[in-house]
Amino acid sequence: MTGPGQPRETEVTLAVNGQSRTVRVDNRTSLLDLLRERLGLTGTKKGCDHGQCGACTVLIGGRRANACLALTVAHEGAEITTVEGLAGKAGRLHPLQEAFVRYDALQCGYCTPGQLCSAVAMLGEGGPSAVTDDLTSEPALTPGEIRERMSGNLCRCGTYPNIVRAIDATVTP
Amino acid sequence: MRSFAYSRAADPADALDAFRRDSAYLGGGTNLVDLMRLGVTAPDNLIDVTGATSGQVDERPGGGLLIGAAVRNADLAADRRVRERYPMLARAVLDGASGQVRNMATVAGNLLQRTRCPYFQDVGVACNKRSPGSGCQALAPGAETVNLAILGQSEACVATHPSDMAVALTALGATIHTCGPAASEDRRIPMPGLHRLPGASPERDTVLAPGELVTAVELPPPPPGRSTYRKVRERASFAFALVSVAAILEVAEGTVTSCRLALGGVAHAPWRCHRAEQALAGQPATAGSYARAAEAELAAARPLPGNEYKVTLARNLMPAVLEELSA
Repeated sequence: MTGPGQPRETEVTLAVNGQSRTVRVDNRTSLLDLLRERLGLTGTKKGCDHGQCGACTVLIGGRRANACLALTVAHEGAEITTVEGLAGKAGRLHPLQEAFVRYDALQCGYCTPGQLCSAVAMLGEGGPSAVTDDLTSEPALTPGEIRERMSGNLCRCGTYPNIVRAIDATVTP
Repeated sequence: MRSFAYSRAADPADALDAFRRDSAYLGGGTNLVDLMRLGVTAPDNLIDVTGATSGQVDERPGGGLLIGAAVRNADLAADRRVRERYPMLARAVLDGASGQVRNMATVAGNLLQRTRCPYFQDVGVACNKRSPGSGCQALAPGAETVNLAILGQSEACVATHPSDMAVALTALGATIHTCGPAASEDRRIPMPGLHRLPGASPERDTVLAPGELVTAVELPPPPPGRSTYRKVRERASFAFALVSVAAILEVAEGTVTSCRLALGGVAHAPWRCHRAEQALAGQPATAGSYARAAEAELAAARPLPGNEYKVTLARNLMPAVLEELSA
């Protein structure tokens, strides 16, 4: 079933922010490059392109993931949500986006789309983290828990304190 | 990145069937895709096995668990049975990588991830693991050795295995289920035993044959006593271990009745501490016994110029974790 003559391109259909998209991609195309270069969704950012910074974080089936490490070809039928898809109908910002504005949780803004997507998914994850003492518990999302759970998103401007405040305010308004 | 063919395997037989020269199995891709982008590896044929093996955690007789190879790291750590019966394993998984990576990474992919030795990842320098026979830049004068091995290394390779989960599985005595390369050849590989020391062939991280597919990880019934995993790293989160310890300790009337210890970040494979375990058996559960056990294990350490600190770190960490478990 495989051989040297096998195609290096594949047609993939996936839903991006609720809209079905069918694209023919070189198998090497990352989900990040698909979003930015093919679908014009440049909100998702390329930081390190190695899964180390989190700037490319999107939701795949509601779970946060690094789009730079995801091959498009491996995501046939997937439901992708990017930062462009977080706002509600009529352009109303997601509560986390509003909190980022209110708490001044960004400086240059480059990591912000990834921070937002990561935080939106994180709030729905539950379960313990590496800083939870009792692994059988469902710990409250304290600032310490928020910091640990958001550690996959780096911010070179160092706006971490306000990012934690913004997320904390969304947890306990 | 070199172009490649892509196919999705429906079951293990399908995966084995698709495997030919220059093939690689794709799990979550969190390590493989990065290595392909770096040019460290360049498969011509990617076989997606995320749908070929189980993505479930199933009960085994006696309270053990069978973890499908395609279970995502995040789901493993969140599984209530894992959290209650194998807290050391849940903690090791939660200590690894980031929330995003744990959502993507599979159990088999975690076990089979490659070293983060900076010279393995840099295609511009010599590396016997990446390019057999080319030499080892990590042994050159002035090399950055901070994250490299202190135990079991060879003149060909001083890389360390980066997985936290594998260290916990080593202490637990888990069994790796594999299939192939011929579909009739199913194997059961006890941990430690999947990963090998580098010797003269560091290009081989594990004992798996080309095309052999990991299908599941079996956990024996929970061991008696208390267990934990502690990881020391350069920042508070999202960093590889400098040294980590997985420990299971049972104490009765002030005496150590059973103990299993494994170290991470120190060797080419998760390092089961047989010497320390022997030194502890039947000894009083005291700080002195724990310190002597650590010394017994680390007598074999051969640090590189620049990573001597790891010996001190391991010597302090092992007794600290054992004291925590017997407190």
